[in-house]
Amino acid sequence: MSFIRLEPRGQASKTMVYVTPLLAVALTLLSGFILFLAMGFDPLKALYSFFVAPVTSVRGVGELVVKATPLVLCAVGLAIGFRANVWNIGAEGQLTLGAITGGGLALAFYGEGGWWLLPMMVIGGAIGGAVWAAVPAFLRLRFNASEILTSLMLNYVALLLLNYVVHGPFRDPDGFAFPESRLFEADATLPILWAGTRVHLGALLALLALAGGWLLIARTFIGFQIKVIGLTPAAAGYAGFDQKRIVWLTLLLSGALAGIAGMGEVAGPIGQITASISPGYGYTAIIVAFLGRLHPVGILLAALLMALSFIGGEAAQIAMGLPKAITGVFQGMLLFFLLASDVLIRYRVRFGARRAAA
Amino acid sequence: MSDLALIGPILAAMFAAATPLLFAALGELVVEKSGVLNLGVEGMMLVGAVCGFAVTVQTGSAVTGFLVAALAGAATASLFAVLTLFLLANQVATGLALTLFGVGLSALIGQGFVGIPLEGLPKLHIPGLTDLPVVGQALFGQDIMVYLAIAAVPLVHLFLYRSRAGLVLRAVGENHTAAHALGYKVLRIRFFAILFGGAMAGLGGAFLSMDYTPMWAENMTSGRGWIALALVVFATWKPVRAMLGAWLFGGVTILQLHVQGLGIDVPSQLLSMLPYLATVLVLVLISRDVARIRLNAPACLGKLFHPDA
Amino acid sequence: MPSHAETYPPDAPLPRLELRGITKRFPGCLANDHVDLVLQPGEIHALLGENGAGKSTLVKMIYGVLHPDSGTMLWQGAETVVPDPAGARRLGIGMVFQHFSLFDTLTVTENIALGLDNAGPMDQLAGRIREVSERYGLALDPGRHVFHLSVGERQRVEIVRCLLQDPKLLIMDEPTSVLTPQEAAKLFETLRVLAAEGCTILYISHKLEEIRALCSRATVLRAGKVVGAADPRRETARSLAEMMMGAELSTPERPPQGVAGVARLTVHHLSTTSDNPFATNLKDVNFEVRAGEILGIAGVAGNGQAELMAALSGEVLLADAEAVVIEGTSAGHLGPRARRTLGLAFVPEERLGRGAVPELSLSENALLSGYAREPLVRGGMVHFARARAYAETIIRGFNVVAHGHRAEARSLSGGNLQKFIIGREILQKPKLLVVGQPTWGVDAGAAAAIHKALIDLARSGAAVLVISQDLDELFVLSDRISVLFHGRLSDSRPTHETSVERIGLLMGGLFGTPPDEDGEITRAV
Repeated sequence: MSFIRLEPRGQASKTMVYVTPLLAVALTLLSGFILFLAMGFDPLKALYSFFVAPVTSVRGVGELVVKATPLVLCAVGLAIGFRANVWNIGAEGQLTLGAITGGGLALAFYGEGGWWLLPMMVIGGAIGGAVWAAVPAFLRLRFNASEILTSLMLNYVALLLLNYVVHGPFRDPDGFAFPESRLFEADATLPILWAGTRVHLGALLALLALAGGWLLIARTFIGFQIKVIGLTPAAAGYAGFDQKRIVWLTLLLSGALAGIAGMGEVAGPIGQITASISPGYGYTAIIVAFLGRLHPVGILLAALLMALSFIGGEAAQIAMGLPKAITGVFQGMLLFFLLASDVLIRYRVRFGARRAAA
Repeated sequence: MSDLALIGPILAAMFAAATPLLFAALGELVVEKSGVLNLGVEGMMLVGAVCGFAVTVQTGSAVTGFLVAALAGAATASLFAVLTLFLLANQVATGLALTLFGVGLSALIGQGFVGIPLEGLPKLHIPGLTDLPVVGQALFGQDIMVYLAIAAVPLVHLFLYRSRAGLVLRAVGENHTAAHALGYKVLRIRFFAILFGGAMAGLGGAFLSMDYTPMWAENMTSGRGWIALALVVFATWKPVRAMLGAWLFGGVTILQLHVQGLGIDVPSQLLSMLPYLATVLVLVLISRDVARIRLNAPACLGKLFHPDA
Repeated sequence: MPSHAETYPPDAPLPRLELRGITKRFPGCLANDHVDLVLQPGEIHALLGENGAGKSTLVKMIYGVLHPDSGTMLWQGAETVVPDPAGARRLGIGMVFQHFSLFDTLTVTENIALGLDNAGPMDQLAGRIREVSERYGLALDPGRHVFHLSVGERQRVEIVRCLLQDPKLLIMDEPTSVLTPQEAAKLFETLRVLAAEGCTILYISHKLEEIRALCSRATVLRAGKVVGAADPRRETARSLAEMMMGAELSTPERPPQGVAGVARLTVHHLSTTSDNPFATNLKDVNFEVRAGEILGIAGVAGNGQAELMAALSGEVLLADAEAVVIEGTSAGHLGPRARRTLGLAFVPEERLGRGAVPELSLSENALLSGYAREPLVRGGMVHFARARAYAETIIRGFNVVAHGHRAEARSLSGGNLQKFIIGREILQKPKLLVVGQPTWGVDAGAAAAIHKALIDLARSGAAVLVISQDLDELFVLSDRISVLFHGRLSDSRPTHETSVERIGLLMGGLFGTPPDEDGEITRAV
């Protein structure tokens, strides 16, 4: 490491905070170019059909919003937790639970619903997700168990639970034994906001979550406490910030938001409970949170980009026969490049021998 | 089938089910002993699984397959190593990224290999011994990889606690500043530890796809990488305890398959939750003993190190 | 074993080590500026200088941890480049660091093996360790885990590690800063034996009295440059200090005895138990601090200071609410915030990472503890303008050198950050201030300012508790002094009625009983 060195900056570079996500996107596109070339596709055409073609129609833009909705809801909560060093990676499971509880209400009041059903489903979904997130919170605070591992294990448990309910109690009695629930009735379905697309009320909830998240992070004393706990737990202890309360708060909040996202999927674009309600929104939301710099505005942009990678993957599969798995590769690569280029925020890259003076 | 006749196969299957966990956990144990937390085990296992499988299908040689799987695991791990060691990225975030990337990459590579069957490795047969009732098949009727994983346990133990290199590795994990002051190359040592962890995870994944199942399916590790991470904590960073833990989980995995065979009527999905719930349970049991974790956990676990700072 | 063959006369023509024009630059600071240094065989040579004068940088280059930007190094007359510490050890250079490079969960033998390039089998090494430690009076059990050892024992591990390599040059970086005066005296005996055997010792310190007692030559560094050389035995502490600081000193003024008023802090039967196996539990600690006085608590690090600080600040809650009484209110069960509301302010020993968040700006760091007694938060919302104004008030009032309230805490020098933290606490007008290591690693100017601020606060009617390892500081500041040893606290004595020697004995654990006739110190507990 004598030719290329990292030299600490006195102060973190504010410019680089904004530049590195763009750099990461550029590097990802470049790698995608090379990857497509290596796979024998025309790289420009492939990139076009992946990243541009899907959003050339109103319907496509609508789909972008539809996919970004659960990503934003999950990522806002995760980001607040990550700021406090609370590593909830169980958003996928919390989303699934929200779908089961929120959607379960739709089934429970099938044929006897009213205007009150949807608000109740939102609350039910939030509670489902929050309860699922309360488990790792409790285990961390009471038994010191890593929330990373416990929240992740619960993802698998939640998926198996979903699988169980659609094969068992929630199965459509008239559905010829398909593992699906009945289709939700109109009063249990989120209204469409934008005619001609599938953009639903959940998008509005996501924007509300963004605004609330911003207020919490940037303006409240709780947000300041979260920041201090995440950066320097000892200083938080010194200042008298209640770390247990922050662990509870961040996990319950992110669980509730993920639960609402899950409810929004079954009561929105899917319209029923099926065995597969998420293409990994809960995991992708982790990338969204980091790519968005754990900041609400960044999260909105990052969620749209990740949503594009989902619909781009589908579109490229149809248009060019590209493997759908490429979406995951792009998402992983993007996070890698972001983490790698983040070094530029706190360090300068210096070329040349060690003795070069500052 | 009588109960006794069932115990033999269950025991044999338990050792096989424990093998991928044991490979991955031993690798991660060495990584963590050097002070690095690599949460990307699941991703590295998947990449190892698909690469080993693909190479074996194309060359017909399982030996080549396992070698390539180890290399592929190490190569994936090297991404993590470069990011966390030289570019000072957060280890938790980078480990997560590695898993997400590994899931996608393995699915991409594995596109053309879904549904192709593979034979698996030949099982040991020692006349007389293998035919012993109950324990014969479990102890003397496994394939080479099962024995290799078990053999790796004393090897890793001897390396860590009896060799100078192992002493240095533990020292780096305990106090990287002091190790650096004594002139040890902290980053280089960690780099090789991470590569070893990747190679072991790759072998664990390849055991699944080439031998245990044997076939390739997307996301086929289904959380075993994460369970291996939990096993390292459960083992309080001791290789022999990691083996016992892996057997315990192998047992739980096999048990859920046989419960219905024993005539107990529980929905299969709920039974499939058992290994995951068991993981949470053992984590809770071991983590509650804070003093013990403090004494055994490498003190620099997860902390960044910059030699010029 | 140190070689007996090399008995050079003290003024032999061929020096053991010679540095010529060594220069080292860090971003924003010239740490060493053309430093020349000559070390003779068998001499104990002092390297003297203030914090930040460049002593540590210089010796790290000799030991190969850092590399000079320019200049040459001659080892026994031959030009040499020390590539790394292993290379230094091959030459015969050993170093005992100020912050020990030890590994808590490894044994003494394993720790020593890590510092040797040809350690050999562990059981043989253990035998050699016993041999050397007996020969030089450095009692050590090779099989013990380091986390069980006292600070003095840890230092012995480092010294034995060096001695096993047969060093021709032994570098000691501030070795007595963590020792009791009696432990230090024993260390000096060992060093004199070593020097008599021909080993050169480079002794880094800013403690003038011990340099006068031990060293035959001294090189003085100031701001990275050599500013003088002297025979410390012929100098006074005062003349050395003036060389070191570059200005004539005014004798530090003993504050007039404060008039002790009401008890602002009463600690009553305070005992702790901890989950942490590395912690020292407090055992039945009793004391009080009254309005207008400064109580000093002395002690070697690791004797329960961290635990006492945590119990006082509220970072660790106590089962017995009565154990800590602040301003007449039982506070043992209260957290830091509630205790601050009662009038407590608190300066922890770790500045960066507890007293301040390195990555946050000074205005955010002003909010860190300022929220409790200043109107910086309203209805759950942070009043950022007020936090900025508060930070600016601190910066101005305490002469903090920083680029305004936006500067990150980690960009400040140690002294300036400490002035900021102490200012933040004092401006909250506390009735009781608890301070840990107020001037550890702080330059002389800032240290004087901090001492003055603490004395002024006490004179204005607040109670001040100072927990420090620096006896000189405690004797300057305190009205009364107690000693913490193995989690127990001695009765306090008025400063003017006690002496450094007496307090030193207490720091070695000698509560009440006089030393044995041969000067051997019996440890309490």
